[in-house]
Amino acid sequence: MDVARMNLFDLRRVLDAGEISAVELTSLFLDRITQLNPELNAFITVTGEEALHSAKEADTRLASGEGITPLTGIPIAVKDNICTKGVRTTCGSKLLENYLPVYDATVVTKLKKAGAVLIGKTNLDEFAMGSSTEDSGYGLTLNPWDRQRVAGGSSGGSAAAVAAGMAPLALGSDTGGSIRQPSAFCGILGLKPTYGRVSRLGLVPYAPSLDQIGSMARRVRDLIILDHYISTYDPLDSTSLPEPPPEIGDFPRKLPGLRIGLPKEYFEEDLKPQIKERVHTVAQVLEKEGCVLVELSLPSLQYAVATYYILAWAEASSSMARYDGVRYGYRATGEQDVLNMMMETRKQGFGAEVKRRILMGTCFLTEGYYEDYYRKAQRIRALIKKDFEMAFTKCDLLLTPTTTVTAFKIGENFTDSLILTPTERCTVAANLTGIPGLSFPCGLIEGLPVGAQLMAPAGQEGILFQVASFCESVGVMPEKEAINGL
Amino acid sequence: MAYEIVIGLEVHVELKTESKLCCGCSTKFNAEVNTLVCPVCLGLPGALPVLNKKAVELSIITGLALNCEIAEHCQFDRKQYFYPDLPKGYQLTQFYHPIGREGWLEVNLAGKNRKIGIPRIHLEEEAGRSYHAGKGIIDAEYSLLDYNRSSIPLLEIVTAPELHSPQEAKKFMECLKTTLEYIDVSDCKMAEGSLRCDANISVRHRGDLQLGKRVEIKNMNSFRALEAALEDEAKRQVSLLQQGTPLQREESRAWVEEKGRTLFMRFKEEPHEYRYFPDPDLLPIEIADHWIQDLRSQLPELPQIKRQRYLREYELPAYDGELLSSSKQMADFFELAVQAYDGEPKKVSNWILGELARLINLEKIEFGQVKVTPGALAQLLTLLDQKVINGKIAKMVFEETFYTGKKPEAIVAEKDLEQVSDPKVIKEIVARTIAAHPLPVRDYLRGKKKALGFLVGQVMAETKGKANPEMVRDLLDEELSFLSRS
Repeated sequence: MDVARMNLFDLRRVLDAGEISAVELTSLFLDRITQLNPELNAFITVTGEEALHSAKEADTRLASGEGITPLTGIPIAVKDNICTKGVRTTCGSKLLENYLPVYDATVVTKLKKAGAVLIGKTNLDEFAMGSSTEDSGYGLTLNPWDRQRVAGGSSGGSAAAVAAGMAPLALGSDTGGSIRQPSAFCGILGLKPTYGRVSRLGLVPYAPSLDQIGSMARRVRDLIILDHYISTYDPLDSTSLPEPPPEIGDFPRKLPGLRIGLPKEYFEEDLKPQIKERVHTVAQVLEKEGCVLVELSLPSLQYAVATYYILAWAEASSSMARYDGVRYGYRATGEQDVLNMMMETRKQGFGAEVKRRILMGTCFLTEGYYEDYYRKAQRIRALIKKDFEMAFTKCDLLLTPTTTVTAFKIGENFTDSLILTPTERCTVAANLTGIPGLSFPCGLIEGLPVGAQLMAPAGQEGILFQVASFCESVGVMPEKEAINGL
Repeated sequence: MAYEIVIGLEVHVELKTESKLCCGCSTKFNAEVNTLVCPVCLGLPGALPVLNKKAVELSIITGLALNCEIAEHCQFDRKQYFYPDLPKGYQLTQFYHPIGREGWLEVNLAGKNRKIGIPRIHLEEEAGRSYHAGKGIIDAEYSLLDYNRSSIPLLEIVTAPELHSPQEAKKFMECLKTTLEYIDVSDCKMAEGSLRCDANISVRHRGDLQLGKRVEIKNMNSFRALEAALEDEAKRQVSLLQQGTPLQREESRAWVEEKGRTLFMRFKEEPHEYRYFPDPDLLPIEIADHWIQDLRSQLPELPQIKRQRYLREYELPAYDGELLSSSKQMADFFELAVQAYDGEPKKVSNWILGELARLINLEKIEFGQVKVTPGALAQLLTLLDQKVINGKIAKMVFEETFYTGKKPEAIVAEKDLEQVSDPKVIKEIVARTIAAHPLPVRDYLRGKKKALGFLVGQVMAETKGKANPEMVRDLLDEELSFLSRS
């Protein structure tokens, strides 16, 4: 059975019909990982034993017919900055090479409860700081479409795993585009949910006011289901939203009459012309269906990337402070006192990019710079929020490209983060404003996938699913999947 | 030349909550090391804080008792520094928005009521605790860490530099402790560290407008130590001024109990760079007016108010009012005894501040451990008033009540201690006594009036102290004058 190519709906059907057991299904995916991962390097840790154990439990559930959910027996890959009890969680850092969390992230608890099978922990830029998964302490992840190219990042491992059929579903995290950008580069769907919709408990923080866990899949329906099962109010996360997520398939609006905003700032010169063309094609398809296209402007968007960097790095400098070698993780030896031990631990343990962001962030919070950088960035963040609120009075959702380029060649990305990386230009605003952003594949350029991004007001993931679902049904998504080549 | 001492205090109060500031761990004192910990208070990656409402309430109550303006929102900032006992690399505190501002506490200093300013009170988390093997932190071979205390809620109370002698500082602390005990927000045990105090002290020529360089004194574990340390430091600074070599740099000094001296710790060079910024994990919580009103209505009568009422209502001298109101338990005892007693409140006060206080000091116990009930004291006083027992017996009975908890009436009945007031019985003993002691009688008759005391004592002894002493005196006098005439 070619499970790698099957979507969740088909996998569900064969499992429920007993054509295959969850254990067999998991084994097939593990085989595929064994076959492809040595080269693609999507997984840092493959949890074969644990996966087969939970698959067995899923089989018991399936046999008893009780407590079956759409995810029972379905393998899921989890980004390695999401805590899994007893399974090492490295965050892509050598500093946490042997770190075993003592608790499960809320999303992991939810998935386990639903009977899902956690098949492995996926690669990422160290502590999710990067946009190519080249800055991992465990090697870079290759793009399944073209192995000369990066998978994007920081959730590059999850994106590559799903694109290559090593897992039907995956969890990523998104602080400035880390789910949507690799999803676009790898030709899959990725959702950065509304801030607070998915519990952050157990997500190792990069920038807590921007971080959000989200779902990655190859089909809209699969994405909706995974999103549904991880969305929850969590009293243990003080930033969690109390409203329950809408029911699956509860599409709030009809497509005709839906106003789709095209903010001109997203379509400027640095955008690859073919990407522009692809996204416009999507707009035309939607217009044909009765949607109204609205051209608009988000003037403060030009400051979004700078604002994002200041806030994210400031928070990152604080998030990273706990890795001092005292309680867990790597500890430098041979130092004469505790302060030097801590300094040496951090010097040896962190990679260059993480250090750069800690340094910059520390600077932004230092007295004298705090007002000029951090406070100013906070004010601009509020301004950007206002701009988006204004925009959403003129339209119901926004359609933009997810990235200005397609997957770049390995080593091509300027790792010098002082030069504003264009790949984050289209995605950071959703994090700054807390609104949901969904990237879906909308065609190929020279054999590489292109992503289109939909954004809606906070809490309105439903509209995004509805529009993406329509686009999928009329075939704007690539005719050829990465899996076919593998 | 006259000198002026200027002192400001920084007080840390551990709030009396069941659980810690941001997690459910117990705040129990003296538990086995590292048993009251969880991912949150250990700062494990991905753990998130959830604010303890009780801690916020106790802070508001304290703010109200200290006449502070209460903030509109309860919000936290990260104070960042590296230290092994600080598991997250930052402490949650209220730098930008203290929960209370611009308060004061009225203290009776040198017979005058003065309002000592309290510019801010703020809530923060406690750090863990280090144990150094060997003599001290510098030459320790290794150090061990206990995180049981990590994240226990701590309220910092800062006074204005308005105290002008070590005695005033001590008096302020006593008064503050009384207030905190009244509102029941803390155990206030200096020995257990639930009440701690650092002092800033400077000395200047009287009339100088500018404050001298100040010195911070730490490590004072009792009010007595606070006073002694400030005495020592004031003396040192005055002598420096006299020598014309005033302090040039601000410094921290530690009080060393065994030596009775403050010793130099370090210079306070640059102000510490803590890189404060708002904690993104704990969103601001609104402190609604009705919440404040509700807590205000639950405030007990505070010591200053109580003291004034005692003077007014019970016509007590100021000294009694102040002493009685200095402990809530003593004040409650006093009021209940007064209710149960028909006589003058001053008599109740005399017994509490006299006999009861004496026995408490003698046995080194706390007021709360006393076995005497207010009712028992009222009973004793009534027995005295009705002349059922005399004053001497009353003290004896009270002592027994103090040690056994038995009711005075029961003791009097049991031991047959009722006063002998039958003139016939006493007359008989008087006659016998005069006959038995011819020498003192002769002395008395020759004008040595002192001899009467001896004879009274003999009669009292004969009745085991139960005779009505006035009657004894009267009858002896009568009998002796009869003799002198004959």
